[in-house]
Amino acid sequence: MIRIANGQGFWGDWLEGPVRLVDGGPLDYLTLDYLAEVTMSILQKQRRRDPSLGYARDFPPLIARIGERIKRSRIRVIANAGGVNPVACAREVRRLAPQLEVAVVLGDDILSEIDHLLQAGQELRNMDTGAPIAGIREQIQSANVYIGAFPLAEALRTGADVVITGRCADAALSLAPMIHEFGWKEDDWDLLAGGIVAGHVIECSTQATGGNCHLDWQSTPDFAHIGFPIIEASANGDMVITKHAGTGGRVTQGTVKEQLLYEIGNPAQYMTPDVIADFRTIQLHDDGHDRVRISGVQGQPRPQQLKASISYHYGWKAVGTLVYSAPEALAKARVADGMVRQRLSELPLHFEKIHTEFFGVNACHAHLASRVDEPAEVQLRIGARSGDRESIERFTRELIPLVLNGPPTATGYGEGRPQAREIVAYWPALVLRSAVLPRVEVVE
Amino acid sequence: MTVYLSRLAHARSGDKGDISNVGLIAKEPQFYGLLLREVTAERVKAHFGALVKGRVTRYELPNLRALNFVMEQALDGGGTISLRTDAQGKTHGAALLAMKIEVSTDELTH
Repeated sequence: MIRIANGQGFWGDWLEGPVRLVDGGPLDYLTLDYLAEVTMSILQKQRRRDPSLGYARDFPPLIARIGERIKRSRIRVIANAGGVNPVACAREVRRLAPQLEVAVVLGDDILSEIDHLLQAGQELRNMDTGAPIAGIREQIQSANVYIGAFPLAEALRTGADVVITGRCADAALSLAPMIHEFGWKEDDWDLLAGGIVAGHVIECSTQATGGNCHLDWQSTPDFAHIGFPIIEASANGDMVITKHAGTGGRVTQGTVKEQLLYEIGNPAQYMTPDVIADFRTIQLHDDGHDRVRISGVQGQPRPQQLKASISYHYGWKAVGTLVYSAPEALAKARVADGMVRQRLSELPLHFEKIHTEFFGVNACHAHLASRVDEPAEVQLRIGARSGDRESIERFTRELIPLVLNGPPTATGYGEGRPQAREIVAYWPALVLRSAVLPRVEVVE
Repeated sequence: MTVYLSRLAHARSGDKGDISNVGLIAKEPQFYGLLLREVTAERVKAHFGALVKGRVTRYELPNLRALNFVMEQALDGGGTISLRTDAQGKTHGAALLAMKIEVSTDELTH
């Protein structure tokens, strides 16, 4: 049995999470997931400005902080912190923690291959909409394939203490040590499916251990010290989800089920680079306090195509807010919204969309929100989106004047006018597996 | 009697681009049949109204006594494009639990 934990569900997760994991009890592998869909484009921009950047900058200082501890306890780290520059990330880790051996997995970055792929007949259509890529070809900023667990397992075979990848399937971070330790083969579909399901459960860190959990959330123990999730993986494909003793949160069938269903499509075909898992075959059993066993998972042969995540310049947007107090807070906010829209419509500007929410009244649930008759205050929140930057820049100037020009009690403008921000959007596409060549390098 | 869905189920929601999905899980094993009967894709589509512009597909997971609703064009473009506060559909699960359904008293207790 091996213990695999996840100490980071996204770049920005709790900084103490991985530290508490390595200090709080036995562990064999620590995985860290830093890359959201749009993170790659941000990192690509940073690398263009400075060729030594383009990776998750939180990662090397974290490894410096836990380096002695993981070396002593032989805990190995697997992280997709490499972003678009895994080698630079590895060099920084080596600089800060020279006692650790570091390997990188390369080959996910296909930005320079796009024209070649198109010429070779790969369409790279948008998986969600079916749209052809020609319309955004000139706006592409990054393109990365989700790599599977086998190249990561190969990196573990080098003996490295730390394995750094760019884009890979989130759950592959957890599957890789199982492949490495148990010798699972590329067609062990049920075993791989069991591993990928467990990896899916822990990939969003504490969403498996009571965080963001609807079920009886009021009775969740000690959120402040919530335990990060651990898989106890067995060679026969059985998996136990648990956490260190003495930590907050909880592991129950309820917390595990919520995370199993998180961000999935058709449960009969959970697609990953290594296997297609059938979530309808998952069996859950209680296995003691804060322990849930996963067994029975069946898998089908892996897909012939890999998913690519392409980012492209879409346009510009800004979101501004103003607060109105009672009495008639909502009525004032509605008048203010009408003013902004009227004034914008009388200027030579172009917007794809202007979107208004009354925060505290209907922002999240629109017409489904329970009625509030006389709120003490309402935040007017107006967003605008456009291909034209100048229109958005002008929009950012249109809220604060209402403090003097519009209904009374406008306040809450202390942050100044909103920032116009570039929209870098996300284009999911499929690439033939044979066009992607992952490789492992040990970084000196 | 009319009850909120939150009496029978719990939920979690998230995004993939402009798609929002809600996992709906029976709080007791015997409630799964009620979810199957009452919480159809059509009713979920009607419940969300203008929040969800595209198709709603329901998938069944009897092993987990759960349903998964995949809702298309549900996030004003999704991700970075969306102007909504809840651009990732994080609160759609809670919104579904506010749906009212019809059950008999017997069905709630047995």
